Amino acid sequence: MDLFEYQGKKLYKKYNIPTPKSVLLDNLENLEKIDITQLNYPLVIKAQVQVGGRGKAGGIRLVNNKEEMIDASSEILGMDIKGHVVEKLLIEEASEIEDEYYISFTLDRSKKQYLMLLSSQGGMDIEEVAKNNPDDLVRVYIPPSKGLDKKTLNQAILDARLSNNLKEEIYEIILSLYNLFTIGDCDLVEVNPLAVIKGGKVLALDSKITLDMNAAFRHEEFDKFEKEIPIPKTEQIAKEKGLNFIKLDGSVGIIGNGAGLVMSTLDVVSLEGGSAANFLDIGGGAKAETVSAALEVLANDQDVKSVLINIIGGITRCDLVANGIVDATKGKNLPWKIVVRLDGTNAQEGRGILQENPHENIIVAENMKDAARIAVGE
Amino acid sequence: MSILIDKDTKVVVQGLTGREGQFHALRNREYGTNIVAGTRPGKGGEEIEGIPIFDSVREAISETEANTALVFVPPKFAGDAILEASEAGCRLVVCITEGIPAKDEAKVYDEIVNNYKTKLLGPNCPGLISPGKSNVGIMPHEITKSGKTGVVSRSGTLTYQAVHELTQIDIGQSTCVGIGGDPVPGLSFIDILSLFEEDEDTDSVVMIGEIGGTSEEEASEFISSSMSKPVVAYIAGLTAPPGKKMGHAGAIISGTKGTAKAKIDALRKAGANVVSDPTELGIALRSLL
Repeated sequence: MDLFEYQGKKLYKKYNIPTPKSVLLDNLENLEKIDITQLNYPLVIKAQVQVGGRGKAGGIRLVNNKEEMIDASSEILGMDIKGHVVEKLLIEEASEIEDEYYISFTLDRSKKQYLMLLSSQGGMDIEEVAKNNPDDLVRVYIPPSKGLDKKTLNQAILDARLSNNLKEEIYEIILSLYNLFTIGDCDLVEVNPLAVIKGGKVLALDSKITLDMNAAFRHEEFDKFEKEIPIPKTEQIAKEKGLNFIKLDGSVGIIGNGAGLVMSTLDVVSLEGGSAANFLDIGGGAKAETVSAALEVLANDQDVKSVLINIIGGITRCDLVANGIVDATKGKNLPWKIVVRLDGTNAQEGRGILQENPHENIIVAENMKDAARIAVGE
Repeated sequence: MSILIDKDTKVVVQGLTGREGQFHALRNREYGTNIVAGTRPGKGGEEIEGIPIFDSVREAISETEANTALVFVPPKFAGDAILEASEAGCRLVVCITEGIPAKDEAKVYDEIVNNYKTKLLGPNCPGLISPGKSNVGIMPHEITKSGKTGVVSRSGTLTYQAVHELTQIDIGQSTCVGIGGDPVPGLSFIDILSLFEEDEDTDSVVMIGEIGGTSEEEASEFISSSMSKPVVAYIAGLTAPPGKKMGHAGAIISGTKGTAKAKIDALRKAGANVVSDPTELGIALRSLL
């Protein structure tokens, strides 16, 4: 789960990573309630959106007094940045930057080790640095069971040619970021820039953090963060029903069992000239109720124009899925046609159940390709 | 012959007392798999349907000579369970559990590689089956058929899909292996492909990958340099949007990395026959045999 900048900065505080003083604002009417007087001008007003390029889009402004702050805040709140509406602002003390560094921690899936990237060329797109000045990007692989040791880190700071005068501060900050990455169960911790500011302080000015939600059981703040991140209504309904659902741009509603098969169904729909409205995995061993719940979720999505149910029986039994479809649709007017493809365990019985309980809007397809074609067609 | 499991496989089930563990362990036993023990701390001395329960894997091994562990332990404890089985000397650990934190997985993998001879299959995988011989995991044996095609996949249901297609047109399978959908799997495509290449009773391979990571690209290099047997492949997620985890923790396009297109291109370049629809895997393989 990707965090907003302000959420990442809450984690910075928890892990003792220095960052500018700030307040969060979600509504101008609340301006009186937040203690903005603790901040010293000039301030930076930053739109909280999960999309790159907010600066260029006008989502970041430097202000010198209260009047400018109110003007900028009212302009940015509600602004649409590449389809993301700004609902919150982070207002923080501006820093006089002398140097900008880049640092990130991720898991390198190929080497199966942690990867630290460090560069003295922060503040810009790191992929560009990697392409144009590869020598300015230091890569350090860290064996997960050993961790980041002192010698390796000191050498990396040296290799990346970071400030020699501040190497102790930088060392401590990087170690804290590493702790946030490991103990904090993040898939990604990226600071760009990590800035040396006038007077010789080092501050993490931005935050890009992705949490590993599989570790939510040992971090109570994960759920709190999740509740603050807006998601489409259909995703909310699906989550409440315990279904694995992702909203997409197309018009064919997809229900399938197993992540791989559902992904594959999206692809086959596209091959037939359509596009999927969602990813919805009812998982292994799904029962009748799960299928009904999945259909309910799709009924709440106005973009859905037809539905494709694609099941390959393994542990999941096709007869139970068919019963679920019949239970959920019997005697009801359906807003769209449902194309059903059943294969594998008890597929014969499943198809039989659908034939014995015909519904004018339900079509049983022979195979995956036919099913996709019918679902895409008029 | 088959890979990883054979007639000498003796399985200890970690988490046998749980609902899923019990259901699948009994199904595996019914199929002919030698399920010799279960573990559950504090329940040593009890038994389930004739399978003795021990407090630890070490005890289970000393009493029953188990050599393979099957893990159904919840995510919170699964990492420790895998290490316990590795330390106790299991040659193969199959971890079905989904939802293990990535840091736990990475540490477990690193410790196994550095300290033990154990092979880890999974986590978040359906296990493996050698049709007619042994089933260690949750794969539906009903759709399999004994034969000479090896199947390896990151996805459970797409494995079933492929196996079903093969069986329908009378192509049997030597071993079907699910390597799992997590970011840090134990055995990789390359590990399984090299076992299939060496296996006398495997004459062809079906490989099913998906978006995320670069394991299919790495496998392509291996196919090109070291495989003599024909490979038919399918990659799921051609239309998946970047930055979204598509069900599996490992199925995510990060920036420009891990796209289906890159994987398909690499496999084609390596000489694999890549199909655009998983239901075409069987037919495509038939045309090569």
